[in-house]
Parts: sequence; C-alpha cells; structure tokens
Amino acid sequence: MSGDNQMPNGTHAFARRIRIHALRMTSKGGGSHIGAILSCTDILAVLYGGILNVDPAMPDHPGRDRFVLSKGHAGAGLYAALAERGFFPVEKLLTHYQDGSDLCGHVSPELPGVDVSTGSLGHGLSIAAGMAYSARLRSASHQVFCLLSDGECDEGSTWEAALFAAHHGLSNLVVVVDYNRIQGIAPVSEVVELEPFADKWTAFGWAVQQVDGHNHEALRAALSTVPVAPGRPSCLIARTTKGKGVSFMENTVLWHYRIPRGAEFDAALAELEAHH
Amino acid sequence: MRDSFVSTLTELAPRHPELLLLTGDLGFGVLNEFVARFPQQFLNVGVAEQNMSGLAAGLALEGHTVFTYSIGNFPTLRCLEQIRNDICYHGANVKIVCIGGGMSYGPVGMSHHATEDLAILRSLPGMLVLSPCDLWEATEATRYLVTHRGPAYIRLDKSTAPTSAQPGESFQPGAIRTVRDGSDVTLVATGGILAEALLASDALAAHGVFCRVLSVHTIKPLDAETLTVAASETGGIISIEEHAVNGGLGGAIAETLMEIGAFPGFFVRMGLRDTFSSVVGTQQYLRKVYGLDAAAITRTALAKLAARYEDRSLTVEVTGRQ
Repeated sequence: MSGDNQMPNGTHAFARRIRIHALRMTSKGGGSHIGAILSCTDILAVLYGGILNVDPAMPDHPGRDRFVLSKGHAGAGLYAALAERGFFPVEKLLTHYQDGSDLCGHVSPELPGVDVSTGSLGHGLSIAAGMAYSARLRSASHQVFCLLSDGECDEGSTWEAALFAAHHGLSNLVVVVDYNRIQGIAPVSEVVELEPFADKWTAFGWAVQQVDGHNHEALRAALSTVPVAPGRPSCLIARTTKGKGVSFMENTVLWHYRIPRGAEFDAALAELEAHH
Repeated sequence: MRDSFVSTLTELAPRHPELLLLTGDLGFGVLNEFVARFPQQFLNVGVAEQNMSGLAAGLALEGHTVFTYSIGNFPTLRCLEQIRNDICYHGANVKIVCIGGGMSYGPVGMSHHATEDLAILRSLPGMLVLSPCDLWEATEATRYLVTHRGPAYIRLDKSTAPTSAQPGESFQPGAIRTVRDGSDVTLVATGGILAEALLASDALAAHGVFCRVLSVHTIKPLDAETLTVAASETGGIISIEEHAVNGGLGGAIAETLMEIGAFPGFFVRMGLRDTFSSVVGTQQYLRKVYGLDAAAITRTALAKLAARYEDRSLTVEVTGRQ
C-alpha cells in the first residue's frame, strides 16, 4: 500500500469536483438521486481524501480498508471519488447510465475500487459486518466503513446487522449515516421518525458520534478516532443537507428523483463552480 | 440427511479452515460436535436470515467458504434478495442449506414446508441447486460443496430413499443417477420422495410394467442427456417431487425436453398443484393426501400406459385399484 492519501488541493476541492462530476453524470444519463449524492459528497471526499487506506495501483490489496456504499443510489458520487483518486479514468464517468457502460445507476461491482455492489437498501451493513468479522478472524488490522442513508434505517435488516456487530464487538466496523432527514418521497419526520436516532444506535451497543456532515475537519476528526470506544462498533451520525451545494436543491424532496437538465442544470453547475 | 450433512461437514472442517458454518439459531443438539470442535468456524447469527445471508456474502468475498443453515424457507425465501444481490450477483462462495425440504416438517404446517424453493432458487443466475434423495447422495453432495466455488443451494429432506449407490460409485454433480433400469416408463424424482417411486416401481413390476427410476440430485444444471434418452427409450416420463409442479423438477424437465425437441410418449408432473400443504399430518400422510405416494404414482403410470397403448388389461387394473 502506498499510503498516499493526500489530496493535492485538500478535500474541499475534491468534494467540489465530485459534486460537479455527479451533476454532469446525472444530467447526461438522466439519472436521479442528485440530492442524495450531494448530501453525502463531503463524507465521500473525507473518506477517500485521507481516511480510507486504499491504493488505486493495488485496488484489491488484501490490507486495504473496505468501503461499502450501502446507499447504492449515490453510486455516481462514489464513481466520481474513485475516478478522481485514479482508480479509473475520469473520462469514463460520463458513460454513466449510457448503453453498454459499466457504470450503472447503483454501484457496479466490476469497477476497480468498488468492494461491493449495492442498490437495494438495507443490504450493506450485513455485508460490511461479514467483512469486519472476517478481518477479526484473521487478525487483520484494516477497517470496514459503511455509508448508510437514513431512509434505509427503516429496513429491519439494517438493525439485524447492527445487533450482530455490537454483540460481536466489531470495533473495526464504522458506520456513517448520511442523516439528511429526507427520504424517497417525503421527509423522515412524515414517514417513519428515526429520533431519538443517536439513542437507538447507543441502545444497540454502538459507540456514537454526531457531527456536521459537511464540516470536513469535524468529519476527519471523528473518522480518525475510530473505534470511538474499545470493543464496540462505531456509528457516526453525519447531519447533512439533502442537495447540499445547490441552493434550489437543498432540503427538498423533489431533488431525490428530479433530473437536472436545461436551465436547472446550468444554474446548478454555475453554483457548484462558483463554490470554493 | 441432516445428520449426514453435519457429520460430513464436521469431518471436513479441520482440513478446510476457510469453511464457516452459520446458523439462524437452529440445529439444537445437532451441531454440538461441530461447535465444540471448531468454535472458530461456527457462528450462530440469531433469528435473522437477512443478516445471515448478507454476512455470508461479506465473509465469502473475503475468501471464506460459508454455509448458511436453517430450516424450510427461512434460509431462502425470507432472505431471497440478499441471496440474489449479495450472494449470486457477486458469485460469492456461499452454500445455502435447507433442512426439511418439501413437507418434511409435516404437522408443523405449511410455514415450515419448502415447496417452491427449487423453482425460485434455480431461477437465480449462477446458482447450483442440489436435492439429494438418500444419505449417500446427501453425504457426497456435501463433500462436493466444500470444494465447489460459487453460490449453491442444497435441499435436505427428513425422509430418505434407501441408498442405492454401487460400491465405488462416485458422485457426479450435474448427472442424473439411474437407480433402476427399465423401458416401459420413467419415474424421475428428486429428494427423499424417490422412495415412493421405488415402491411404485415394485408395484408396477407386478403388473409387468418395468420402470426406469432416476434420481435428480442436481436440479441445476439439469442433465439433459439422460432425460432425452429416457424420453426416447421409455414409454413416457412421470416426474415426482415434494414441491409445486410450477418450475421445479417437472417444470425444469418440461423446459429442457421441449427445447431439445425430445418428446416423451407421455409426460406427467406429480407435485403440488397451485395449493398450500395446509392439511395436518406426517410427511407420509401428506404425500397420500396430495397424491404423491407410491399408490398414486402407480395409478398414474398405469392410467397413462393404458391410454397410450389402449391396453384393456391395464385399464381394468387401474379401475380395479381405484
């Protein structure tokens, strides 16, 4: 492993590039979920900008950290992060959603740097727990990170996995929840309220931290200090804004599915490009 | 068959440290020796089959050979999407073990009867589907699975046919075993219900009807050649399964022979016909109720042969028996 995880211009510039790629990808391909991608972009940028021990030259290195994007609908964001990190050419990104591409809307498993294919919610944490359990069986020192949406915390399978990971004290497992409070077609508060959310994870036996999910320093600090408590899995509840970075997309249900095109695309791109 | 599976896995576990046995909190008393001897290779995940299947995928992606163990539909239908997306799509090396195939759990009721599993599991890309008929097949199939790579499903019946393996016979995955040879009619079965086919074969022999009895321990991939030969060499084919007729053994045979253009003289699928096994009773009783026991197979064969050959003596015989 090269251990070269430094971003040339910091993770903020990295996050900006991911946002712009994701906007172009969803616009060109007619893909949805831009709001859900923008909400977790800063988390992806911090993870791939120094936290995850991964090396594009050795994408399958057994000692790498594992990453499971359980909210597979944010695949465009992950593809952009991987391409920017050099796992595959950036030019490939615009094939997203196109006929014959290997970049499908939800995460494709064949791409270098992708550990697991996801897309159906509530699957990722079990897979991540299996990877973490295996690492412990083999006394391997890498960590397993899993990014969840808040919507998929409606899934019982997520909590089955949460029980398991705590029971087995999988301290090498780290969950980040993209807590943007808006799910598929309505706000969390109107669908199935998750609060008291941190208390739920705590009651399930996890060591919980809560941070501003767009504050890179706070994210980095939290993700650098895992496990938060010895012998327990860590849960980082990242408070985020759906559609972060594009004013008219922020905190809207509409942009979970709406495709950015025409004047809306131009306006969104202008905002993201102006952001520093 | 369950005990054959467990004892075989226990025998092989020390030579295969990558092997892990996961259970969804089932196997009381049965798994004790395995757990005591190989605690590092055993994991009771609790009553959580979705998590068990996802965990299995994650473990398999890290290089383990993972067996997921539960009864009836719990290791399959309850967590079907995890099997499809997490296990099969990744080609993960996970072996799904169903204890109590078909109506093995008799009076426990339809919740515990696995009667659509073969159809559903065999539709998943890359899935190997095994359904042994006796203890020898169950043992050998287990042995095979330990070294097989990729997703697989094995359905283990509580009942068993008498072991028919010849001394020195080797288990051929994907090949149908000819348990008895004959040319009047082919009785092709999967699982322990092959025992009923053998009893029917005895009864039919008394009528001068000689059966070819085939055991399909591998539902997928299906041995098209043996079936094609049976279609041409015998008077007709009767498939017998403790399973819905839709898409299971009978369905798979029909698809295969139709596509090849090998049309048997007649073809009957014996199994559950769009019904739940809601009657209360033992496996044996339920076979009788749902028309899957040796007597029903015998009647079906005689009626079909009589119709095909317009053989008056057989017709009289059928009428007499009914």
